[in-house]
Amino acid sequence: MTRYSVFSLARNALAYHQAWPEAWRSPEPRPEYDVVIVGGGGHGLATAYYLAKEHGVTNVAVIEKGWIGGGNTGRNTTIIRSNYLWDESAAIYEKSLQLYEGLSRDLNFNIMLSQRGVLNLAHNEHDLKELSRRVHAIRLNGIDSEILDPAQVKAMVPIINISRELRYPILGASLQRRGGVARHDAVAWGYARAADARGVDIIQNCEVTGFSIANGTITGVETTRGAIKARKVGVVVAGHASVLAGMAGFRLPIESHPLQALVSEPIKPVLDCVVMSNAVHVYVSQSDKGELVIGAGIDAYTSYAQRGSFHTIEGQIGAITELFPIFSRLRQLRQWGGIVDTCPDASPILSRTPVENLFFNCGWGTGGFKATPGSGWCFAHTIATGEPHPINAPFALERFTTGTLIDEHGAAAVAH
Amino acid sequence: MLLIDCPWCGKRDETEFSYGGEAHIARPTDTDTLSDDAWADYVFIRSNPKGVHRERWFHVHGCRRWFNLARHTVSHEILTIYKIGERPELPDDKTAPKPKAP
Repeated sequence: MTRYSVFSLARNALAYHQAWPEAWRSPEPRPEYDVVIVGGGGHGLATAYYLAKEHGVTNVAVIEKGWIGGGNTGRNTTIIRSNYLWDESAAIYEKSLQLYEGLSRDLNFNIMLSQRGVLNLAHNEHDLKELSRRVHAIRLNGIDSEILDPAQVKAMVPIINISRELRYPILGASLQRRGGVARHDAVAWGYARAADARGVDIIQNCEVTGFSIANGTITGVETTRGAIKARKVGVVVAGHASVLAGMAGFRLPIESHPLQALVSEPIKPVLDCVVMSNAVHVYVSQSDKGELVIGAGIDAYTSYAQRGSFHTIEGQIGAITELFPIFSRLRQLRQWGGIVDTCPDASPILSRTPVENLFFNCGWGTGGFKATPGSGWCFAHTIATGEPHPINAPFALERFTTGTLIDEHGAAAVAH
Repeated sequence: MLLIDCPWCGKRDETEFSYGGEAHIARPTDTDTLSDDAWADYVFIRSNPKGVHRERWFHVHGCRRWFNLARHTVSHEILTIYKIGERPELPDDKTAPKPKAP
């Protein structure tokens, strides 16, 4: 692997940038691997990377039905934060944020992490009380969080409307200064390149069509490019977890919904942090290109269609123009929908399954991108050792039977 | 956006309705002896098919009555709409995967 540095940049500049090698290989699938990861999104690639780096398991294939970075990893609103209420969530999202903070150096790939601060607005007295409860809970977990009054919000975001005449006036906000955004494609590409350099085979355009299971133990996967044997299989397929669980013969507490986001025409810098609102349900940041990146909630009904309803976008735009009247005449450049797996308690599943040596990592709902490194790190531990790490042990499938749910509905700083 | 043919009111815009999740999930009757697994199956586990999904809808801004419909989750095509208590057969029923509970 060519190490990216100012020297390699200069050397390649002299060669008119014609000599850069491919960032990762495109090998033919081998007949057998120690571990097969199904799904080449950020979480799957991170799992493969940490399997190789932390556990020395390098005989690994990542199987992707499309191309790397072509799914939800490459089409989200790129927000990173760890301001979650419950201890279990705080642990896994904070692990992720800490890994993000060193990720560019670790992967030798600039993921363009920008810790510009994440604001969560409060619009009524109850919001304010809930917000201060949450801020204190977060601080007890050793995670940075603070409360701003409306004047401080205005000082930080001069274009925001803090008039008391608003239907949903801004009464305050919580702020996580270490939160921010990162380049989502770079996260996928960086993990792919770093995993490949440690010997992981990344196999694109290869769809899993079934599992080989003997006596309740996984023995391999059936794919559109033939059967591949595997001692262990990790499934990380946002949007299609229920479909793959069905192939393995069990059911999940998951429903798939469309989640839409949209991007405006590029404008000069006006917004240098992330602003989220639970009550009016919208979140917005400005990309390096100057576009506003706007997201909101899921469409109500289950779907695998990767498109949503127009009235969902209408609600999103209504909320954004009330908070930021300056945006009202902006044209929207593009809009898209992805499919997210939602769990009844709005927390993910990183778990063993009823099939021995088959592991599932799913149910991240609308907020999987921020968890990419932590999710991969925990899932790699779970696959390598066969046991969950203490960080992801609470996120087992069994919690829906025992009742120890991690209810992050509304507690996660934004409604899911 | 869906155009939903309410069995009582006729074709109306999706925004008049609210979604009620998967249909035909009957509450267990033997609740005092029901196992935790069976409770979990009833409360949390859903079929979530990539294909025909039978689901409940509520005409909240109309007649305020519940009904069922069968919708394809990829094309969003509504195959049939029927009243609570009915369950018309669909050709897809035979081919749709019906995985067993764990």
